[in-house]
Amino acid sequence: MDAIIDGWVVAKRNLIKIKRVPDLLIFSTIQPIMFVLLFAYVFGGAISAPGVNYREFLMAGIFTQTVAFGSSITGMGLAEDMTKGIIDRFRSLPMSRAAVLVGRTTSDLINNVLVVVIMAICGLIVGWRTHTNALDVAAGFGLLFLFGYAMSWISATIGLSVRSVEVAQSAGFIWMFPLTFLSNAFVPTDTLPTFLQYVADWNPISAIVAALRDLWGNAPTGAARGSGWSMENPGLYSMITIAVILVVFVPLSIRAYRRAASR
Amino acid sequence: MADAIVARGLVKTYGSVRAVDGLDLNVPEGTVLGLLGPNGAGKTTTVRMLTTLITPTAGQITVRGVDVLAHPNEVRRVIGVSGQYAAVDEHLTGHENLEMVGRLYHLGKKRARARARELLERFDLTDAADRPSKTYSGGMRRRLDLAGALVAAPPILFLDEPTTGLDPRSRIGMWDVLNELVREGTTLLLTTQYLEEADELAEDIIVIDHGRAIARGTPDQLKQQVGGERLEITLHSKADASAVVSAVAALGLADYTIDDAAHRVVVPVADGTEALFEAVRRLDAAKIKPADIGVHRPTLDDVFLKLTGRPAEDETEEEP
Ligand SMILES: Nc1ncnc2c1ncn2[C@@H]1O[C@H](COP(=O)(O)OP(=O)(O)OP(=O)(O)O)[C@@H](O)[C@H]1O
Ligand SMILES: [Mg+2]
Repeated sequence: MDAIIDGWVVAKRNLIKIKRVPDLLIFSTIQPIMFVLLFAYVFGGAISAPGVNYREFLMAGIFTQTVAFGSSITGMGLAEDMTKGIIDRFRSLPMSRAAVLVGRTTSDLINNVLVVVIMAICGLIVGWRTHTNALDVAAGFGLLFLFGYAMSWISATIGLSVRSVEVAQSAGFIWMFPLTFLSNAFVPTDTLPTFLQYVADWNPISAIVAALRDLWGNAPTGAARGSGWSMENPGLYSMITIAVILVVFVPLSIRAYRRAASR
Repeated sequence: MADAIVARGLVKTYGSVRAVDGLDLNVPEGTVLGLLGPNGAGKTTTVRMLTTLITPTAGQITVRGVDVLAHPNEVRRVIGVSGQYAAVDEHLTGHENLEMVGRLYHLGKKRARARARELLERFDLTDAADRPSKTYSGGMRRRLDLAGALVAAPPILFLDEPTTGLDPRSRIGMWDVLNELVREGTTLLLTTQYLEEADELAEDIIVIDHGRAIARGTPDQLKQQVGGERLEITLHSKADASAVVSAVAALGLADYTIDDAAHRVVVPVADGTEALFEAVRRLDAAKIKPADIGVHRPTLDDVFLKLTGRPAEDETEEEP
C-alpha cells in the first residue's frame, strides 16, 4: 500500500519534469509518427495483407512497437535518477523501497498514454479505422498499456544493472529491433522463411499485435494470421507473457535498485 | 542520559581502502557531536553508515536503541539527514521539493504544504520558493537540503558539512538555527572542516584521520592537549630580539622560542592577561616598541595540525 501512495508522489515528481523539460516526450512521439508515415506511404504499396487494408493492419504493429521502444525510457530515467542526489533523500526517508520504481513505471505509463493518443490521431488521419464495439477497442488499448507497463519493468532492471545513463540507453534499445521486426508487426508472418515464421509466430510481440488486430477488427484472413497455438490464442498468450514479465522483473528490478543505491 | 546514537567497531572497506577503520562513538540524547577530519578521513562514509545509506563492512549501530542494520525503516522515522551533496530535485521548485518530502513522510497535503512554507521562511528561501532549484545558488541549494532534513522535525539530525559553501552571514544564520534546534532537544551529529564551527556547536569532538579516531573530548580538553596560553611579541627588527628576551623571559613557564623569520618571540605563560600587563610594563621601561603583542590561546586548528600533521582546510575545494 505504501509502495502505491509513495510511488504516486514520486510519479508526480517525474511528471513535473516532463512538463518542465518536454524534449523527451516530443522525441518519443516524433519517431512513431515518422514510422506511421513511412510505412503507410513508402512501404505500404509494396506490402499487402489479405482481407484487410494495409494501413489498418499496420497500426496495431506500430502501436506495439512504440510502447516496446518507449519502455526504454524507464531504464534511462532510473539510471539518471541514480546519479542524482535526490536518491539519497529518498533512501533516508521511511518510504517503501519500491516507490521509486513504482513511481517511474507509473509516470512512464502516463507518458505512453500521451504518445499513443497522439499516434492514434495520426493513424486516423492516414486512414486507420476500427470495426468493433467501443468496449473491444478500449480493451485493445488496455492490453497495449498493460504490455508497455510490463516492458517498463524489464527496462528498469536493465537501467539499474548498468552503470551509466548512456549504457542504459543503448542496452535498453538494441534488443528491441529484432524483437519488433521479427514479428507480424509490419508483415504477415506467412511471407517469412519457415524458420523465421516459427520464431515470429511465437514472438510475444506478435501475440500482442494479433490480439490488438482482433480487438479492433484489423486482422488479416487465412494463412496471414499466422499459425500455431500462440497465433490461435493471441489474447491468452499475451496475458501469460505479461504476467510472466511482471513476476520475474518486478522483484529483479527491486533487487537491482537496492544494489545500485548502496553502491 | 541515554545515548541517542551508538556505534561500535564501525568498518567500511572499498577494495583495499579502509575508509572507516574501527570507529566507536556515542552521542547522548540532546547533545552535539562534531566529527572533525581532513579530506578523505572517512567522515562522509561514517555518516552514510549511521543513516542507513550504506551497509558497514563490520560493526554495530543503534539509534535510540534500534538496530540500524536490522530495522532501517524504523530508524529513518526518527532521523533527519543532510548529506555533503545537496539531495534536492533540480527540476522541482523549493516548495515542491519540501512538499514532496512531507508527502513521503505521510504528513498529508495540507500539513506538508504548511511545513514547506514554514521551512522556506526559516531558511530565507521564500523569495525563491517557486523557482526550480536548478536556478538556486550553491548556498541556497544547501539550505534547501537542510530544510529537507527538518521536514518531519526529527529528534536526531545528521549533517555532513552543513555550512560548507555558505557565506559568513548564512553560516552564522545556520549556527543559530542549529543551536535553537539543540536547545529544543534535538540530538545532532555533524561533520565539519571548520574548527571554529565545531567549537561553536559541538560539546564533544572526535578527530578522525584514515578512518580512525585519533583524539576525542570537549573542545577545551582537546585544546589543553596542545598546551596552554602563549605570549607572542612581534618585533620591527630582529635586532631587538635579545633585548626583548632579557625583558620578558622571566615571565615564562618554559623555554621561550624565537621565530627569526617572523621576528617573533613566543613565551609560554600561566596567566595570559597578567603576563601581558607585565610584559608591556617591562618593554616600555626598556623603551622597546613591538609591532604587535598579544596572548595566543590554542585553537582547534592547533589541535588539528598537531594531531594530523596537516592543516584542517588543506585541499578543500570550496572556501566561503
Ligand atoms: N564509493 C567509494 N568507493 C571507493 N572508495 C571510496 C568510496 N567512498 C569513499 N571512498 C574512500 O574512502 C575514504 C573516505 O572517504 P569519505 O568521503 O568518507 O571522506 P571525508 O572525510 O568525508 O572527506 P571530505 O572531507 O573530502 O568530504 C576516501 O579515501 C575515499 O576515497
Ligand atoms: Mg565528506
